[in-house]
Order: sequence, then C-alpha cells, then structure tokens
Amino acid sequence: MSRWETVIGLEIHAQLATSSKIFSGASTAYGAEPNTQACAVDLGLPGVLPVLNTEVVNMAIKFGVSIGAEIGKRSVFDRKNYFYPDSPKGYQISQLELPIVGVGRINITLQDGPNEGQPKTIGITRAHLEEDAGKSLHEAFPSHTGIDLNRAGTPLLEIVSDPDMRSAKEAVAYARKIHSLVRYLEICDGNMQEGSFRCDANVSVRPMGQTELGTRAELKNINSFRFLERAINYEVERQIELIEDGGTVAQETRLYDSDKHETRSMRSKEEANDYRYFPDPDLLPVIVTDEDIEIIRNNLPELPEQKCQRFISDLGLSDYNAELLTSSRELADYFETALALAPDQSKLLVNWILGDLSGALNRSDLDIQSSPINAAMLVTLLQRISDNTISGKIAKEVFEAMWQGEGSADSIIESRGLKQITDSSAIEGLIDEVIAANPNQVAEFQAGKEKMLGFFVGQIMKQSKGKANPGQVNQMLRDKLKA
Amino acid sequence: MTITIKQLQKGLADKQFSSVEITQDYLNKINQKNIDLNCFISVTGELALKQAASADAVIASGKGSVLTGIPMAHKDIFCTDGVKTSCGSKMLDNFIAPYDATVIEKFNRSGTVMLGKTNLDEFAMGSSNENSFYGSVGNPWDTSRVPGGSSGGSAAAVAARLAPGATGTDTGGSIRQPAALCGITGIKPTYGRVSRYGIVAFGSSLEQAGPFAHTAEDCALLLQSMSGFDPRDSTSVDQAVPNFSVDLNKDIAGLKIGLPKEFFADGLDSDVATVIETAISEFRKLGAEIVDISLPNMGLSIPVYYVVAPAECSSNLSRMDGVRFGHQCENPIDLEDLYKRSRSEGFGEEVKRRIMIGTYALSAGYYDAYYLKAQRLRRLIKQDYVKAFEQVDVILCPTTPEVAFKRGEKTDDPINMYLQDIYTLSLNLAGLPGMSIPAGFSQSMPVGLQLIGNYFEESRILNTAHKFQQVTDWHLKAPEVK
Repeated sequence: MSRWETVIGLEIHAQLATSSKIFSGASTAYGAEPNTQACAVDLGLPGVLPVLNTEVVNMAIKFGVSIGAEIGKRSVFDRKNYFYPDSPKGYQISQLELPIVGVGRINITLQDGPNEGQPKTIGITRAHLEEDAGKSLHEAFPSHTGIDLNRAGTPLLEIVSDPDMRSAKEAVAYARKIHSLVRYLEICDGNMQEGSFRCDANVSVRPMGQTELGTRAELKNINSFRFLERAINYEVERQIELIEDGGTVAQETRLYDSDKHETRSMRSKEEANDYRYFPDPDLLPVIVTDEDIEIIRNNLPELPEQKCQRFISDLGLSDYNAELLTSSRELADYFETALALAPDQSKLLVNWILGDLSGALNRSDLDIQSSPINAAMLVTLLQRISDNTISGKIAKEVFEAMWQGEGSADSIIESRGLKQITDSSAIEGLIDEVIAANPNQVAEFQAGKEKMLGFFVGQIMKQSKGKANPGQVNQMLRDKLKA
Repeated sequence: MTITIKQLQKGLADKQFSSVEITQDYLNKINQKNIDLNCFISVTGELALKQAASADAVIASGKGSVLTGIPMAHKDIFCTDGVKTSCGSKMLDNFIAPYDATVIEKFNRSGTVMLGKTNLDEFAMGSSNENSFYGSVGNPWDTSRVPGGSSGGSAAAVAARLAPGATGTDTGGSIRQPAALCGITGIKPTYGRVSRYGIVAFGSSLEQAGPFAHTAEDCALLLQSMSGFDPRDSTSVDQAVPNFSVDLNKDIAGLKIGLPKEFFADGLDSDVATVIETAISEFRKLGAEIVDISLPNMGLSIPVYYVVAPAECSSNLSRMDGVRFGHQCENPIDLEDLYKRSRSEGFGEEVKRRIMIGTYALSAGYYDAYYLKAQRLRRLIKQDYVKAFEQVDVILCPTTPEVAFKRGEKTDDPINMYLQDIYTLSLNLAGLPGMSIPAGFSQSMPVGLQLIGNYFEESRILNTAHKFQQVTDWHLKAPEVK
C-alpha cells in the first residue's frame, strides 16, 4: 500500500442551456461564425449594461435543490477584474461572497480501493453563476491572435466540490455523477468536446494519516473523463516523485496536454492576478423566496437516484443494472422508451441494452443518443425472438446487421433468410437424416448415454444453418430417439 | 436675453418661428462663440437641421409634443448612434457608438434637436472642465474662470445662450456645481430615476443624468422626457414617473426647509454665505419654515467618495484596453505593451490618478480597510439624510463653497479641487435628488443654491425652486459673451 494519500477537489464549469446569454439577449448557439453572436453588451462597448437572464437563476436553483443545498436567498454578482483580450470588459461577472447555491452533497459509488462498490458522499462547497469568456484563436492568423466573442457571456454554473476524493477513479465517478445530474435536470447539454462541461482538478498528496492538506496544483484543460483520470494519475505520480526526491510541490495552475500525456506549469501563485473582486454596481442582488424554491422543487424531473430506486422496486432489476441504466438520462430514457413498447420484456431489454448494445457503443465510442439502433428497432428485434421468428443466437447476427445500417430487424431476417424453421415436418426431416447418418451415436444414446442428445441437437442446428427452432428440435429429437 | 424652452415651445406652437429657424439661430451663435468658450466637442449642424425639419413637419401635422423642435446640447458622455462619443478623452477620440443612450433615444422620441455634443472633464472626472482632451472650457461670465465640471460644456453652453437646455451627468456634483458656477438651473434626479444605459460609465453606483436649463420649469420638462424605467438598466427603478410640472406652482407656505449646520461651517466663502442668507429670507417670505438641522457624518463624504468612485472607475475603464475600440498604441510588441501604452497614451492624468487610487482600494489586503469601510460609512451618510427628512421636507445649502475659480488655479492641487464638491458629493452617496439654482452674485460671478429632496421627490424641489424663481430674477441674468 502506498505511503501517500491523494486528495482531489473538482471545479466543474457547466454551461447552462439557455438560448440567450446571461447578461445580454445574444444567442448562445455553438459553432456560429466568429463574432456573429456578440452584441454591444458582449463586446463590452462603452455605456452598455448587463441585465440578468433570470432563467439562469432558476437553473442554478434546480441544481441546488437536487444536491440538497441551501439556496442563497440573496446572492450577489461580483466583478472579477483582470485584463485579457477575450474578456472584453476587463472583468468577469461572477459570484464570490454570496453564491446562489450553498453547501450540498452528492452520493457516488466507489470504483476502486478497499471499499469498492460502496457508496460515498462527496461534499459540494458551493455553486455560483458567472459569465464565460470569449476565445483567443492563436493559430488562425500568423503573428496575430484572433478574438471570437461568441462565447463571451455564455452562462456558467461553477460547481466546487470539497477536497473529498481520494483517487482519480473517485474523481471521475463524481464528475460523471454531476454530469448525469445536470443532464437529467436539462440545465446543461454536457458536451465536453464543445466545452459545455469542463473539469478543473485540484490535486495534492499527503503522507497517509496526515490530516493537514498538501500543496495543491490546479489542473486545467481537461475535456473528457478519460483525460480527467489520466491527468490526475499523472499529476499524483509527479508530485509523489517530486517530494520523494526532496522537492516541494508549488501551488500553481498546470495545463494538461492529452497528446503528450503530461501536465505542465501555466502560472504560479506569485504571478497570479489580484482579481480585486467587488460587488457589481450595475446589477441588483438576486432575491429568491421560499416560494420560488418550492415551485422549482415541485417541478423537478425524476432524479437519477429516484429512478434507480424505482427500477429496483417496480421492475425488479438488480441494484447494479438499475444503477448502470440510470447513469445517464439518455440511457434511462432509451430503456424506458423500449419498455413502453414491450412492457413485459424488462429483463430481456436490460440484458440487450447493457450487453450487446452497450458493448457495440463502447467499441464505436458512441453515446446512446447516436446509436444506429433506436429503442423501437431493438424492441422489434426482441419481439422476433419471443415470437419464435428467430433464435437468440440468430438475433445477434441480425443485431450486427442492424448496427451496420442494413435496415430493420424484419427486413434483415427476410433478406438474409434467417427466419426460424418451426415447421415440424421440416424439422422431422432433418432429425431423420441425422439419425440415419449416425447409427453408432444412436446406439450409445439408447444405451443410456443421455448427453449424446447435445450431439444430435448440434448436428441438426448445423444442418439448418442455425434456423431450426431449438426447443422444437429438442422435444422432437427426444421423442424420436426414445421411440 | 434669456429665452426659455417654455417660450420656444409657445413660439413654435404659435408659428412665430420654425424649429429650423431657431436651430439655425443657435448654430450661428455656436459658430460665433464656441471658439472662445470651447463648450462643444462636436457641433452636429447638418443633423440638427434635419431633425429640426422633421420636427417642423410633426408640429405642422399637429402631432408635436412639448419638446418637439426644441434644440438641445448633449454632454459628450451619452452614446449617440453615428456621432462621435469621446467622453472628453483621447481614448475615445475615434469612438462612434452603434447605438443611442436611452436618454438620447427618449429625447429623439420627444422630437428634440441635437445641436452638438458638449465638452466635459475626461470621463466625467473633474470639477473644472480642465481635464478634457479637447481643452478647457471658459465660464461665460468670465472666460478666465472655469465653468465647473464635469458637465462644464453643457453648463457653459446654456449660460452663454448657445442652447436653451442641455443634458449632463452627475456623479459627485457634475450637474449642480457647473450649474452654480455658470448661473443656470440644473437637477440631478434620484438614483434610478433615469436610465444609465449608453452613458459611458465612471461611478456606476453614484451617477445619474439630468438636465440644465434656465428655469426650474424647463428642467421639469426636460427631466420628464429623460425619466423612467429602462429594462436595459437593472438599477433604473420600475416606478411611475409623476408629472414634474403639475406641482410647480404649489404654495410652499409651511414647507419645512432644513439648513444643515455642517454646510454653513468653515470653508464656506463669506460672500457666498451672504448670498445664500439673502435667498433664505426669500424662502421665509414665501412662508417656508426654516429649520436648523445636523448631518453629522457629512465630513466623511469626500474620503468615502474618493474610495467608492475611483474603485468603480478603475473597473469601469478596464474595457478601454486598445483591443476592440478606442485608442490603440502603434506597433505593440506584445499584449502587455499594447495594454500599457494604449492606456498610458489614451488616458489623462486625473483619470490615471483615479484608476490608481481605485485599484489600490480594491487590492487584496486593502479591500476591507478601504472599499468595505467606505461602503459602511456610505450607509451612515445615507442614514443622516433619512433622519433629516423625518424632520424637514427639503434641505437647503450652498451648491459650492466659492464662486468659479480661475483656470489653472487648482490644477496642481487635487485635494483643493475635490473640496469644490463638498456640498454635492453626499447626495450621490445617498442617491438623493438635488438641484442648483442661481441665487445671486459674488465678485460678479453667479452663486448657486442647492435644494435637496427626499427620494423620488424631484417634484418638491422643482416646486420650491420654481416658487423662488417666480420672486427673483437671478436665473434670467445673462452674461455678456463677446
């Protein structure tokens, strides 16, 4: 066991899924031509003023009540002052002293360590609202930097955890849990590639048993869960090596480079800005009443933990399967859409969704939303198993073809001639052929060697190219051999 | 000779003259006198005549409102679509806003005519109009003296009869002090009464726009047009705007006027004090009850103001970084060089001083001692007024401790310059409405009297001022400008 304990806290920036910006009416849609979605307010022209988009407050409260947090009845926007070309006003509007969401918590399932599989509660220090900056485009123009202010003023909810995580896997489990929650709540699209969900990790190490925290490094530029795990593991190793070699960890911001798989220093604390926070005099404090909070609480969608419990108690799913299915809202939605079409097939659906479908998605690195096989298509396939059109084994072949885009289950069964043979005279013919061709094996069976039955079934299925109904084959074969 | 907006309005309605005629007349006067006074940064003659012509058409069609066709000057701090908004700074010498400030939009809707944009202390920081990139402004009563600031250009233009009315902004006295020094009437409304959208920001929690004119009656008309909730300004107040003109003639017998002893103490010029005393006796004659009051924390206003206003300005002016608009230095070697040189070259001395003060006051380790403490003391100042208004209806005091001083006299002494606003600053800290009206002369220069009202009681001070102007003619005295 390591002498070192890892301590991780995450700062997650979730872009709130509003159609307009936090302080202006400009659109937040991703991918537009540079600077076409930046109005005078976003450009920070002289004389313009911010006006709060109240939708962001509702979204933040939704998140807050979902993590059992105290909601700030009076929260205040502050100015964080610093110069940078993609920060057009020379300050970012954020919340420092009085955030909209106070202390809360969320449960994760441990993914490693001695308590693997056990639940753990991760504390959430706070979540506050702020505006995003624009983008600096360093590559597009030789010897110049381009500025795109389309993203400037996009609403962000910054969710700050307590330093409660003890491994990279634990940090990923927490990040996934938050990711799943904000998508369940429909307050963030969660797209990590487009930067709608960004994780910064505060990482430190300390000798086992020490209560005082070690000096932390803040890791930035992490745009996938895989990179989050890797970046933390790299950083932990770097810090341990550094300390064991007699060095000390510097408090600094480090950039994760996924190509080189390393973290490198971006700026040290000495160079860090003094942000000169003060309350923004252009914005009034946000006042939230108990009634506002209750209305939002009463209109919350079913949260992942509630859904998971329902799957266990109402559908009789195992804890493990229920948790997997509810790990993302889209996966749970897929399952529930399918279940609505085939209400008595929950077990079969779970097996296929968590088995073949998840496997195929993983291999192709696809989300459930991008699955080439939608819920209705999968249900049709499973119905062809239960109505004996095809066997479970043939179904795998049909699934593969559907995945490749060859069409619906029925059209594939039809065109490939995979329809199961259920005609008893045809099956009888096959049985007769096999019995006639294998007299020795018949004798062995009749002498009491029961397991020879398997041999015959195998031969018959082979003859039928897998299409004979295995149940019928079994029954009829037994009758014939015993006759 | 003084021609009021009220008179112009009547002349237009009676077809004695057209808006084009009076606009041309004002433009001619500006053309003659602006060279000496330097009160305009931009004169928008062509636009003015076009607006006047359409105003005439509106009047002819019978659809004119009270201000249709009235020429005006606007402080060059209000963004005007397509017309340079310099804010008196080299930094914005090339800045043309693609939008109108709400105040400008409202005046356009009222059908007023914009003669041009007036000179001011750079970014409204100053009390003498000597901090302008476009040069200082002469006081029409004596061009060797300052007109006050920061809205010195607007005040001088109205005093010199180059415009019958003008807009200003008041962050610490920038409407009232130049109105006093130039012998005209000016009002700063309650914080939140007028939208700040499109006003280049200096001290966001302090500033309000307001009008200058010759009379309280004209100020009421102009303020009416400027006021009202604006969804683009979160600090504008969503409250019905009363008709400021209806109560102008209300009898002020029995009105309780408070005289804060702190504003009649050391530092007040004795001649100015005498003028104010005489004015007070006029109010007595009108039946007002004069009450001695105390505002014990007023001594804090200058130190509190010079923490809060610079703190806000240091942040508000950060957007002037040479990146997207405004002055950009030549051939920057890197980003830091771009920032440093663009800002060093673009800003004047007073602006730099306040950015430095404000940056310091907000810095880690000093924030609590300066900014936070200033905000606490600001509440004490406000409380003084809240208590005072439990006893009195209106508070009266001099607008400034002395009459207009000589150009150059205080430029090397910022503290002395800051003291010019000693009677005006506290209203901005408290958010109260206040106005300055002409009350007499000292050393042949006008003396201003300040009337302070309770929150959203602009009508009451306008009424008090109007009654005074009915029995005096100080506001009608015009300087002889060569």
